[in-house]
Amino acid sequence: MQDVTTEKKEFTPNIVAFCCNWCSYAGADLAGSSRLTYPANVKIIRVPCSCRVNPMFILKAFQQGADGVILCGCHPGDCHYVTGNYYTRRRIALLYSFLNYMGIEKERTRLEWVSAAEGARFSAVMNDFVKTVTELGENKRLTDLRVKEGE
Amino acid sequence: MKDVELKMIERAKELLASGEVARVIGWKKGEFYFDPVPASFETVEELDSLVYNYFCGANLSKYLIEMSKKEGKTAVFLKPCDTYSFNQLVKEHRIKRENVYVIAVECLAKLDINKIKAQGVTGVTDVEVVDKQVKVTSLYGEVVLNKPDVVLEKCSVCQKTHQVKDEEIILHERPERDVNRFAQVAELEAMTEDECFAFWRNQLSKCIRCNACRNVCPACSCVKCVFDNPASGIAAKANDDKFEEQLFHIIRAFHVAGRCTDCGECSRVCPQNIPLHLLNRKFIKDIDSFYGEYQAGETAEGKTPLTEYTEGDTEPNDVFKGEAK
Ligand code: SF4
Ligand code: SF4
Repeated sequence: MQDVTTEKKEFTPNIVAFCCNWCSYAGADLAGSSRLTYPANVKIIRVPCSCRVNPMFILKAFQQGADGVILCGCHPGDCHYVTGNYYTRRRIALLYSFLNYMGIEKERTRLEWVSAAEGARFSAVMNDFVKTVTELGENKRLTDLRVKEGE
Repeated sequence: MKDVELKMIERAKELLASGEVARVIGWKKGEFYFDPVPASFETVEELDSLVYNYFCGANLSKYLIEMSKKEGKTAVFLKPCDTYSFNQLVKEHRIKRENVYVIAVECLAKLDINKIKAQGVTGVTDVEVVDKQVKVTSLYGEVVLNKPDVVLEKCSVCQKTHQVKDEEIILHERPERDVNRFAQVAELEAMTEDECFAFWRNQLSKCIRCNACRNVCPACSCVKCVFDNPASGIAAKANDDKFEEQLFHIIRAFHVAGRCTDCGECSRVCPQNIPLHLLNRKFIKDIDSFYGEYQAGETAEGKTPLTEYTEGDTEPNDVFKGEAK
């Protein structure tokens, strides 16, 4: 058995993925049933629509120790609720740009459109995002110190 | 400015006396000459204490949310920048337009008492401005200061004109100005992520969470603010760690995105002198460049950038630093 108390482990980032119920979550499902892999450190949070994601969710994820946050929704034009993801696109464009302006590394935030048929793409996107964030290292800028205490 | 003040008092008295309005919102003397405070006047006698001077930077629009719900009309004095906030609040159905009588007053830029004090001048008792010269009378004598050095930040880049008026009081001609309000934002954008972070960390860690910026902001008019919700986990008053400050400012700036008129009140009232306008202007600049120029409060109708879209909008992954990757 591995001894977890000694030797600090290699850095594996905590990734939060907000996935819309209708496309991206189904895409993740398809990836699973097609036996395609994506890293286990991606924690999926299912939301009814990408536009349900309040900027506060994203900040909260970072606060609670996420090293990267990715938001996935239906491709523009394919939203289950017709226009939800168009609003997402505007909001998130402004939010990500703003976070970067405050000095948050741009690689830590991402938005990808993944349809229910794109299991392979879902897996590729997640693998790529995890790789990017792993290279970037730990999130130190948008974290709540109290969360990491005693680690 | 004294002539404008007299004219304002005279007109307000007429309106009250004739019963056309039930109250007048303006400014009255504060503790000192340089801190006039917003006030509501309900009788002709009270109006003798109305003041209008170079320190009346306070935006009166937000008070109309409550005042316009009252019985009878409310007359209000609005400077050019205040009229944008007014329009925005009408657009958001927060002010009952039909209950307000707007008197547009000239502005000619307001002064920042902190900048005057920084020049070593204290005990200010009177100010007159002639062209680019500010003649300050204080308890210790008279000094002449250079106007661009002592105006409020919001006034130094102002190009606004009155967007609403039922009548106006304008006795002097307004000088032309040619300025770029996004210059500082662009400077920050050109910095590296590390530098940006260091800059904001340094600025925001000064924040004492007094909430003055939120309370003064005409765009922040929610009855129940998310920061007042104890269940949100983010309601802490004081900055208990670096994240709190960032979260508050990021969320506040986001909540007013597309609605902030750049009235400059937040920066004006911050006791810690945090350049909050640089947060809001980043959103304004991005909105302008991604979705076309937009000035909140220019009209009281129409759509807003975050409540509309086009099929070919910029992709979030491509927008960093305001330019495609
Ligand atoms: S955020 Fe500041 S500049 Fe914008 S409307 Fe509010 S007080 Fe005015
Ligand atoms: S006014 Fe200044 S110190 Fe007060 S909460 Fe706002 S930024 Fe912080």
